[in-house]
Amino acid sequence: MKYLDEYRNGDIAAKLVERIRRAQTNPWVIMEVCGGQTHSIVKNGIDHLLPKGIELVHGPGCPVCVTPLEMIDKAHAIARRPGVIFCSFGDMLRVPGSNGDLFTIKSNGGDVRVVYSPIDCLKLARGNPDKQIVFFAIGFETTAPANAMLAWQARQMGLTNVSLLVSHVLVPPAIEAILSSPENRVQAFLAPGHVCAVVGYREYEPLAARFHVPMVVTGFEPLDILEGVLMVVEQLESGRAEVENQYSRVLARGGNTPAQDIIAKVFEVSDRKWRGVGTIPQSGFKLRQEFRGFDAEQRFQVAAIDTQEPEICIAGQILQGIKKPHDCPAFGAQCTPLHPLGATMVSAEGACAAYYAYGRHLKDSDLITAEGLPS
Amino acid sequence: MSATKTEERQQTRPGPFGECPLPIFDHPQIVLGHGSGGKLSAELVEKVFVRRFHNPTLEKMDDQAQLQIAGARLAFTTDSFVVTPIFFPGGDIGTLAVNGTVNDLAVGGARPLYLAAAFILEEGLPAADLERVVDSMAQAAASAGVQFVTGDTKVVNRGKGDKLFITTSGIGLLDRPTQISADGARPGDKILLSGYLGDHGITILSQREGLEFDTILQSDCAALNGLVAAMLDEAEAAGNLAGIRSMRDPTRGGVATVLNEIADRSRTGILLRESEIPVRESVRGACEMLGLDPLYVANEGKLVAIVAPEIADRILAAMRSHPLGADSRLIGEVVESHPGLVLMKTSVGGTRVVDVLFGEQLPRIC
Repeated sequence: MKYLDEYRNGDIAAKLVERIRRAQTNPWVIMEVCGGQTHSIVKNGIDHLLPKGIELVHGPGCPVCVTPLEMIDKAHAIARRPGVIFCSFGDMLRVPGSNGDLFTIKSNGGDVRVVYSPIDCLKLARGNPDKQIVFFAIGFETTAPANAMLAWQARQMGLTNVSLLVSHVLVPPAIEAILSSPENRVQAFLAPGHVCAVVGYREYEPLAARFHVPMVVTGFEPLDILEGVLMVVEQLESGRAEVENQYSRVLARGGNTPAQDIIAKVFEVSDRKWRGVGTIPQSGFKLRQEFRGFDAEQRFQVAAIDTQEPEICIAGQILQGIKKPHDCPAFGAQCTPLHPLGATMVSAEGACAAYYAYGRHLKDSDLITAEGLPS
Repeated sequence: MSATKTEERQQTRPGPFGECPLPIFDHPQIVLGHGSGGKLSAELVEKVFVRRFHNPTLEKMDDQAQLQIAGARLAFTTDSFVVTPIFFPGGDIGTLAVNGTVNDLAVGGARPLYLAAAFILEEGLPAADLERVVDSMAQAAASAGVQFVTGDTKVVNRGKGDKLFITTSGIGLLDRPTQISADGARPGDKILLSGYLGDHGITILSQREGLEFDTILQSDCAALNGLVAAMLDEAEAAGNLAGIRSMRDPTRGGVATVLNEIADRSRTGILLRESEIPVRESVRGACEMLGLDPLYVANEGKLVAIVAPEIADRILAAMRSHPLGADSRLIGEVVESHPGLVLMKTSVGGTRVVDVLFGEQLPRIC
């Protein structure tokens, strides 16, 4: 992979920060939607570089975080069955359900595997005809094309031992829910670059206009994020509310048409429950009628599992940008990555886990000393 | 391991039947994270092993035990190897088993001399595979200047092992008056790293998962005793052998984990500069794609040394003139502030904490 250093250049970063400082005259609250952006901001200390008047709040775009507890319990119920090979993206393995996590199920003899692509399940299915291969198909629009491709190819190949446990969610309905909330503080968005690389950003335009909020489709490298913040601040200061594209090296307004086609062939939009938030209408995907045969919820009859979230965790408010991790009394105390109380502490992309991993549970006075490091 | 100790104190308040003699290990069973080198591993070692085997030598928790026996100073260590696949670009389980143990001795300042090997073989293992591994071990031992002087073999039923597991133990002679230990770092000391990070871990991962990258990566598996000897020679020539304070080979858990151990054991802070940490483009690309951090990825032929500022330049030059240290860098300093913590100045100018991971580093979803 080339051109990483170019997007992490300290001199250019300092220039962008200076431009933001000059552009900004009012205090602004900006939400970065995607968990990958949150991770990059905290990992690189970008929020500490910004002028005091600019507050970044962390959005709902962490796929592991927003997967509802009941769906995790369904996954665990399936993974515990003999004869099942349960396949998942890596960071789902440590997410606790009502009774342990996938690592615990694995240590109890369950066959749980990390896959890097959903398509890996096809090979497993052919190699293990006596086993049921179940893929935990979670995520936003970003993972939807590859997950759809699994169902599509499984049908083409006539595989009967593959199924998907689908918990797919969509970004625009979540943004709409955040903006419609009476508690909303968010004045502008860094829209998610990888989601828009798949579906484009046409859908964001009516939202920006209706709520009069600027949105800048932004990438994930430090300079991407700083440039995205600059573009958003310039819009805010001049009273504009448009959708702009910072991540133009990766995506165009219309997104990726073949990816959209495969999604449309396999999935249809449906209501979805979001962890910590509740049900948002028309906010996710389910398998289309002709692919229902690949629905793991039906195949393993786990549709009836309905788990309520624990009340202590404020993950829901964190995912909506109403609160920050340190606003939670349990953060860094009872709730750590070793003993997470909620989903935002589990995934590397969750705001609480990112804050914890990069030392945000420590006092600022401990951190300031790094400034003294000779360059 | 101070965090673990604090937790423990809270958990071992005297109960109605007096003080509980053992800390509570609050996992009903072992999970993979207990082998990750992170917080879960530390908890396992502390709560299950150290509490039961306790003695001052063990409690030093260095990569090797340093022993005084009848006038001789010896270093003693052991390590098990369970890598899958057993053959990979740059080495195999046999070269790892030799070099890993040699390195654990060498980073304590010892001259590795003798090794023991114990093999657990799974029924059905092709004899040719075993011979290939043992050939590698013989070659690696010869090139590191050590001899296998004892060993053991067991065979388990098919399905009860994963082809072959090797445990190697080693003895080395501490024939110079070194004082190298994880608790030796002092404010002002410099942190030297002997080359590119993450080659081994990413090579194994890409083999195991069938991931294909543009460049062919190789494990960095190598015996470091020659490099260490060159560093000790230079420190002796400078009249400051004690200036080599701590050394570690950052295997599982990576550089982040060993630096946290040193910061914790020495009660000092550590400051790193991200821009100085060498990571190959291919390793960085793979880490980006998988959502991994090279600071936590395993190395099998690298060392991190904490050295006194007076001799840092000389030691760095000596490292660079050795073939296994050609890409050595000064990556940071030991500081008085924030004891027990590792901080890093990021390339873009921010600051982050580099903490110990709790368990396995998990690939991110997207």
